[in-house]
Amino acid sequence: MLKEYESLIFELSKEGKKAYTLPPLDVEEKPLEDMLPKEMLREKEVDLPEVSEVDVIRHYTLLSQKNYGVDIGFYPLGSCTMKYNPKINEDMASLPGFTELHPYQPEETVQGALKLMYELEKALCEITGMDRFSLHPAAGAHGELTGLMIIKAYHEHRNDKKRKKIIVPDSAHGTNPASAAVAGFDVIEIKSNKEGAIDLEALKAVLNDEVAGLMLTNPSTLGLFEENIVEIARLVHEAGGLLYYDGANLNAIMGISRPGDMGFDVVHLNLHKTFSTPHGGGGPGSGPVGVKKELADFLPVPTVEEKDGRYFLDYDRPLSIGKVRSFYGNFNVMIKAYSYILTMGAEGLKRASELAVLNANYLKEKLKGYYKVAVDKTCMHEFVLAGLAEKSGDVRTLDVAKRLIDYGFHPPTIYFPLIVEEALMIEPTETETKETLDAFAETLIKIAKEAKENPELLKEAPHNTPVRRLDEVLAARNPVIRWTK
Amino acid sequence: MFPYLPISSEDEKEMLKTIGKNSIEELFEVIPKEVRLNRPLNLGKPMSELEVRKRLGSYADENKNLSQLVSFLGAGVYDHYIPSVVKHIISRSEFYTAYTPYQPEISQGTLQAIFEYQTMITNLTGMEVTNASMYDGASACAEAAMMACDATKRKSIIVSKTVNPETRKVLKTYMHFKEVEVVEIEDADGVTDIEKLKEVIGPNTAAVIVQYPNFFGIIENLQEIEKITHEQKAMLITYVHPIPLGILKSPGEIGADIAVGDGQSLGNGLHYGGPYLGFLATTQKLLRRMPGRIVGQTKDVDGKRGFVLTLQAREQHIRREKATSNICSNHSLNALTAAVYLATIGKKGIKEVAYQCLQKAHYAYTVLTESGKYKPAFNKPFFMEFALKTDKDVAEINKKLLEEGILGGYDLQRDYEKYKNVMLLAFTEKRTKEEIDRLKSLLEVM
Repeated sequence: MLKEYESLIFELSKEGKKAYTLPPLDVEEKPLEDMLPKEMLREKEVDLPEVSEVDVIRHYTLLSQKNYGVDIGFYPLGSCTMKYNPKINEDMASLPGFTELHPYQPEETVQGALKLMYELEKALCEITGMDRFSLHPAAGAHGELTGLMIIKAYHEHRNDKKRKKIIVPDSAHGTNPASAAVAGFDVIEIKSNKEGAIDLEALKAVLNDEVAGLMLTNPSTLGLFEENIVEIARLVHEAGGLLYYDGANLNAIMGISRPGDMGFDVVHLNLHKTFSTPHGGGGPGSGPVGVKKELADFLPVPTVEEKDGRYFLDYDRPLSIGKVRSFYGNFNVMIKAYSYILTMGAEGLKRASELAVLNANYLKEKLKGYYKVAVDKTCMHEFVLAGLAEKSGDVRTLDVAKRLIDYGFHPPTIYFPLIVEEALMIEPTETETKETLDAFAETLIKIAKEAKENPELLKEAPHNTPVRRLDEVLAARNPVIRWTK
Repeated sequence: MFPYLPISSEDEKEMLKTIGKNSIEELFEVIPKEVRLNRPLNLGKPMSELEVRKRLGSYADENKNLSQLVSFLGAGVYDHYIPSVVKHIISRSEFYTAYTPYQPEISQGTLQAIFEYQTMITNLTGMEVTNASMYDGASACAEAAMMACDATKRKSIIVSKTVNPETRKVLKTYMHFKEVEVVEIEDADGVTDIEKLKEVIGPNTAAVIVQYPNFFGIIENLQEIEKITHEQKAMLITYVHPIPLGILKSPGEIGADIAVGDGQSLGNGLHYGGPYLGFLATTQKLLRRMPGRIVGQTKDVDGKRGFVLTLQAREQHIRREKATSNICSNHSLNALTAAVYLATIGKKGIKEVAYQCLQKAHYAYTVLTESGKYKPAFNKPFFMEFALKTDKDVAEINKKLLEEGILGGYDLQRDYEKYKNVMLLAFTEKRTKEEIDRLKSLLEVM
């Protein structure tokens, strides 16, 4: 990090400075009051900054240097699959033939774009074992919502109107129950077993003819493969429910096992996780939803279809749930994901999953003994630690995470899943070198020692960041969410 | 070996030894045999960068893009000029390769930029508070409707048919599943029919949704709608196009309870429909009912100013099924884009861009309606878009225009049966007098 920089863009503002140019108006100018009713005019100018172009560039460049991204270092944020974002993907998504397309252009002028979406859908079907995909949803949670709407529409269409409940395990991502609520379902939470897996007895106890479906993450949020998946699918289907797959953790199983073959009826994927598209500091992502053919009629409109080599948007789908967003999805993100799939091919995707799993197991093995492993079994692409092996005063997982920052690593996901106390959820991904994994493990081991010998080092961490620990209580108690003079 | 898979076979051996396994396959033995895929995926061979570039480059070349065409197409998505600085800033990988700012000490870049974005959006809309962004304008509008239902404990939404059809479709999907009634009001001469609004509004109405400028480009009399809405203690949701707000009265000044819209125009480009961003701004009173991330200012242990994600008790990762929304990832990079765009054009630029769009549209209106061959579809004040009635099929006209390298207007018949042979034309600051004159001469001879 360079020198301290603390200004807001508004604080650089000075009357008369500007950072833009426009050509002079080349049409005959009409008086404003001839065009617009006076009472609809703004009285005061919009309070935006007045800065020079150099101000803009320096300001945001300096801000960017206060950020940590995958291009800077190791980012083992569990459940988020922070793999490297290949640069060819960015270049492909920046081609004017893709960026400069209006969504309402005639179909004959966007055949290349439609073809790309069509082929991406086919590839996602093959990877997951599903029959159709919608590329519309903007993010994982949006995919969940869309998938749940499809489940609801399916039951309603069969006149099975009692099914208003969605089962969600207590180990699930928070978006699962929240999405179910937005889709108009009641949520039944079931307790997981000691290994964070579905407790078959608990599941049986809640299955009945009011259940619309079960949402499941597999591998689970503890990073373990749901070994009873076949039995779970059978139970849910026998009760007339559908099985929903939260694709946040697909990175473990590409080319190895497919949700469609496990019995899942609806799947969402996160292209910004498994398929290497960047997360953008909180989006845009893309959360395509895949379904088995029995549910295909309910997908959002339009779908992309092909006939005699010509691609088109199909709005004529009477059973569709309708639209869940404008247009056809985050097209720019789709290009990146498809570029990745083409680069990796079948062989590369499988290898990526194999190495993601190898890396996770390797790190787990190295850390065992210094940290409690939540469930000490062969894990998939990630694993969960339950804090330090030896408790040391009031040193908590948060302190371990903050101390990692001092050593140049992004901390893992912490305090999730909720069923593990002091959880540290570590997902190394396949794009890291063994040297990085070793250095990370050594650092965590060193931190475990520091926790015993010099706990203050952890409690006061991080030490060298642009700001140190921030008062979140103050932020929430007295919310200041915009700058004022 | 793959360029993004840096574990060598020697590494692999050592690592397996550490774990106590003989092969990678052993790691997958936990997966039941009957659900393992025993064949390679049918996806083709890995491709080199050069091959990917050729393949996807050829797809891009199959499209006709707006650097090759002169566009008069808008209808919610506008071909505005994007200053060069925007691309350069958002291409910085410190921004685009970061995750959601869960660790504020190493995310101040994103957090401060979003705080500035929030400030700009509240200033632009004249509202008191806003969140860190939503997926797009349409889903933001649906979320606003849910907010209004929760806040008023009512289950009916009135939406004017002069609101963008895509937005209304999304609204209807969300409301159907929430079991909220949606009542649409017809337009009269291109604006919300006030008499019909008075007929249908009542004590069950949670909100009235209107667009500003509306889908036809017209500036409606929102003051009257505001009065009618608030008399019934319903909420006024305005779906706004951000650029005209450089000149027009803000939703806040009009008395809106929630202002939503799409940030596509704020430097986000076209991208065949996404990603753009949805913005959602509201009053202090509704702060804790807002969906999504919010960035707040605070202090660190040394008393230094810093920024964090705040008011998280509303959100899914804490409240789960009781959260205000299910949204998690939003469109942060698009919000950054909007912030950089707004910082670049600034106080004067937002006015000038809006002014140029307004003047060009009014010039076009004068010349295109001059001969009487094309008539204005509505007689109302408009901003940068207007509808023209012809005696020809809009698709036919557009086909001929395309042959001349022009992307014609939006065919209103797509969404409004009664507006047959009516096309909606949009004019941004990018269009020149010469291009407009050429459009006129082409239209005249059709």
